[in-house]
Amino acid sequence: MNAIDISNLDVWFGSGADRADAVRDVSFKVADGESFGLVGESGSGKSTILRAIAGLVPTWSGEMTVAGETLGVRRSKAFYRKVQMVFQDPYASLHPRQSVDRVLSETMGLHGVTDIDKRIGRLLDDVGLGPGFRFRYPHQLSGGQRQRVAIARGLACEPSILLLDEPTSALDVSVQGEILNLLTDLRQEHKLTYVMVSHDLGVVGHLCERIGVMKEGRFVEVLAVDEMRRLEAREPYTRHLLESSINSIR
Amino acid sequence: MTNDAPLLNVENLWVRFSSRTGVSEAVRGISFTLGRERLGIVGESGSGKSMTGRAVLRLIRPPGMIEADRLEIHGEDVLGASEKRMRRLRGGRVSMIMQDPKFSLNPVMTVGQQLVEALRAHERVSKRDARKRALATLDEVAIRDPERVLNLYPHEVSGGMGQRIMIAMMLLPNPEILIADEPTSALDVSVQLQVLDIMDKLVRDRGMGLMFISHDLNLVAKFCDRIAIMYAGRIVETCKASELRNARHPYTLGLLNSVPDLEHPRERLEVLKRDPAWREAPSVSARQ
Repeated sequence: MNAIDISNLDVWFGSGADRADAVRDVSFKVADGESFGLVGESGSGKSTILRAIAGLVPTWSGEMTVAGETLGVRRSKAFYRKVQMVFQDPYASLHPRQSVDRVLSETMGLHGVTDIDKRIGRLLDDVGLGPGFRFRYPHQLSGGQRQRVAIARGLACEPSILLLDEPTSALDVSVQGEILNLLTDLRQEHKLTYVMVSHDLGVVGHLCERIGVMKEGRFVEVLAVDEMRRLEAREPYTRHLLESSINSIR
Repeated sequence: MTNDAPLLNVENLWVRFSSRTGVSEAVRGISFTLGRERLGIVGESGSGKSMTGRAVLRLIRPPGMIEADRLEIHGEDVLGASEKRMRRLRGGRVSMIMQDPKFSLNPVMTVGQQLVEALRAHERVSKRDARKRALATLDEVAIRDPERVLNLYPHEVSGGMGQRIMIAMMLLPNPEILIADEPTSALDVSVQLQVLDIMDKLVRDRGMGLMFISHDLNLVAKFCDRIAIMYAGRIVETCKASELRNARHPYTLGLLNSVPDLEHPRERLEVLKRDPAWREAPSVSARQ
């Protein structure tokens, strides 16, 4: 079964002379439980694909089947329960005047979860925060802790697909390691499917099995992570990207 | 002044911020020198690396306080200098490149106007000559068609181009020291290297001293001659960039191991365990 099946996806912004095509003729499949990475420079359309899947961009054409549902302009409530998104900047994606408790219970309330109280405790444990954080506000949390809350919010209604839009790029390397470990654990525990956007090939290579390389709204190539490690990119653009990221000294 | 004297001489530098809840110490007694070399300063957010860079130019406003036994730019005392003299030093002898070109370029002036203004603030040159030199410098930072770029507004250029324009602007008055505070972290990986290469070439050709502040240990190791690693306002370790792999401090090792590596995949990334003793250990001197 494919968790995500996208063919000939076009996404554009504006109309007439101002029309800008952000994604052009993109097709890919993500199997159940797989982790798929999207890499490319800023403006290559990788985040736009995630936003189109999540229903945040109305102007798209093509066919998208996600979590068994063929997507139209409107999505069912069940869709949003199965597909959740985690955003790039934990400083901007949490409401500054809502406590962690409220952020999580609102999400669960919207999806009709009943035993909210018990679930919040478990969610916080899941993301490694513990009950002490339940009634804190975002300004009382560090960047890494905020991103954990954002991930907990994503997991609150037990989705099967998590869309990750540069989940660690606003964090320090040491904290990035913790969050990546957390994502690895959660995926195993909850049998999640990931689609992750990042410009850091090291991060994508760590978390994903297959990687789509994007340039100017199109897929340049899709390659498995092993091929990437062996630097077996066919396209010169991918090779260029790889060469710029290989800077480890160990 | 001989050529061997350090461009920057810092001894026992402290930066403190007093607030209602007490005094917080951002930089706690660090010492370093900068010659005609590339010195990398690495640390996490909050380690005091940016504050160190700003303190050198006395860019910390009250309630922040700078104290040092010695803080000299090319033998000239910074802490005792007049505000007027500081304005000559900032941008003239010491330039600073900030993280994000979006916030450091003036959005309502064209690139050309800003470049010319930067140069004419420090040198008596005619507008026409200033424009000529601006063109030449834009060419040096590998900007194609500089004539056209001069007439653009900052929102019309890309991030990588904006940062190259910043570099050009900072280099126009021929400074001796360049402080680059995370100059490439707002840029794409593929553009990052290009910008670094340009900066590297210019710094070397002109025999400048570069203080490169970054959180990216691998990047710094590749790009600098010498590295100082900061933790909680102190320098915990210094080494030659080429010898980083022999680093011994557990914090440095922790940082190195927490980076996912494309070539050497690991099942789990190591998580940095912080030891309170690191905070209290005296600062290592990065003087040469």
